[in-house]
Amino acid sequence: MNNPNKKRLRRTMMFLNAQKPGLIKDPYIYKPDSIMLDLEDAVAQNQKDAARFSLYHALRELDYRGCERVVRINGLDTPYWREDIRCAVAGGCDAIRIPKTERAQDVKVVEEAVAAAEEEFHIPSGRTLIMAAIESARGVMRALDICESSERLFGIALSGGDYTKDLQTHITGTGLELMGARQNMIIAARAAGVQCFDTVYTDLDDMEGFKKDVETIHLMGFDGKSIINPRQISIVHEIFTPSQKDIIFAEKVVREIDTKKAQGIGVFTVDGKMIDIAFYDGAKRTIELAKASGVYKGDL
Amino acid sequence: MEIMKPAIAGTLESSDCQVTVEAGEGKVDLVLESVVMNQFGNQIRKVTLETLERLGVDNVKITIVDKGALDCTLKARIEGAVYRSQGQNDNLPWGGAIQ
Repeated sequence: MNNPNKKRLRRTMMFLNAQKPGLIKDPYIYKPDSIMLDLEDAVAQNQKDAARFSLYHALRELDYRGCERVVRINGLDTPYWREDIRCAVAGGCDAIRIPKTERAQDVKVVEEAVAAAEEEFHIPSGRTLIMAAIESARGVMRALDICESSERLFGIALSGGDYTKDLQTHITGTGLELMGARQNMIIAARAAGVQCFDTVYTDLDDMEGFKKDVETIHLMGFDGKSIINPRQISIVHEIFTPSQKDIIFAEKVVREIDTKKAQGIGVFTVDGKMIDIAFYDGAKRTIELAKASGVYKGDL
Repeated sequence: MEIMKPAIAGTLESSDCQVTVEAGEGKVDLVLESVVMNQFGNQIRKVTLETLERLGVDNVKITIVDKGALDCTLKARIEGAVYRSQGQNDNLPWGGAIQ
């Protein structure tokens, strides 16, 4: 299975209640990389049925102009998730987000249902990707198994609210209570070669705190962050998009390593910094990220 | 498809519509109230009748209070109300009667 969208740019994933037409009709104007159409927590128990019809027609008829359309299904411990998958896959969603993932088997069960729905609705096999939200201590401890559970899985995401409850603490705004989970999850994701996304920041009055939170997870290696408000998008994109200084340096590193390798030189300096082959992949990643973010004007 | 019991779907929020279905008197009886009646009244009627036809509903009293819903929302609310009247939540005909 080789889905080209598996590694696409996902700096921001904006949660939207699939039951609310006013929210889902035009979120693309804010230019998030992905939208997360929610059938789970945002939708009241007695509106689960109505939300699916709303979701199906939105997926089929609205042009989201390049935003990835991820659908968060209801938990595997509810009676809703199977029909959620039929609806989302029939509508042509790009990915399914599994909530409360605790083990590799959770992903495999969803994978089976997604494959069956693709066949039923004549969707090309493998088109629908999967991501897993980790919301418990058990899920964090099994992150690597989850990351390696399916070829369809493009990434994992931390859900901080439920996770901190399970840990018997709460969101403090300092990030201290999330540190272990974040560290464990990013390491697991990188070991498995999938992406890793951070939890939402719910205090919309504290944009400075939000910015610090995004800077932290960026430095930790995360690929992006779940968001709940359009005001958060530009901050995340700014932090996750390489600066022109970073891009120019990365270009020099790539060019110098290519040249020096041909000359049999392994270690050299660029702009006064010691460089060797270990810097090559990082520099290439910076160029790729710059291209995906639309800010690269070079020719590498 | 018969309307088994009265059912409602949707809200009165902006960009939404509230659809009520009840057993009819041998025909489709449409009552429409819309904030954009002058511009889109005919389009709303057309989409409503097409959606009911696809669902095989020809004996219904349907009341729509529209708050500026897009066609896709209107269809979703009509289907939501009709399937609620049936009590059917699973194995829905996505891409068939629902499209």
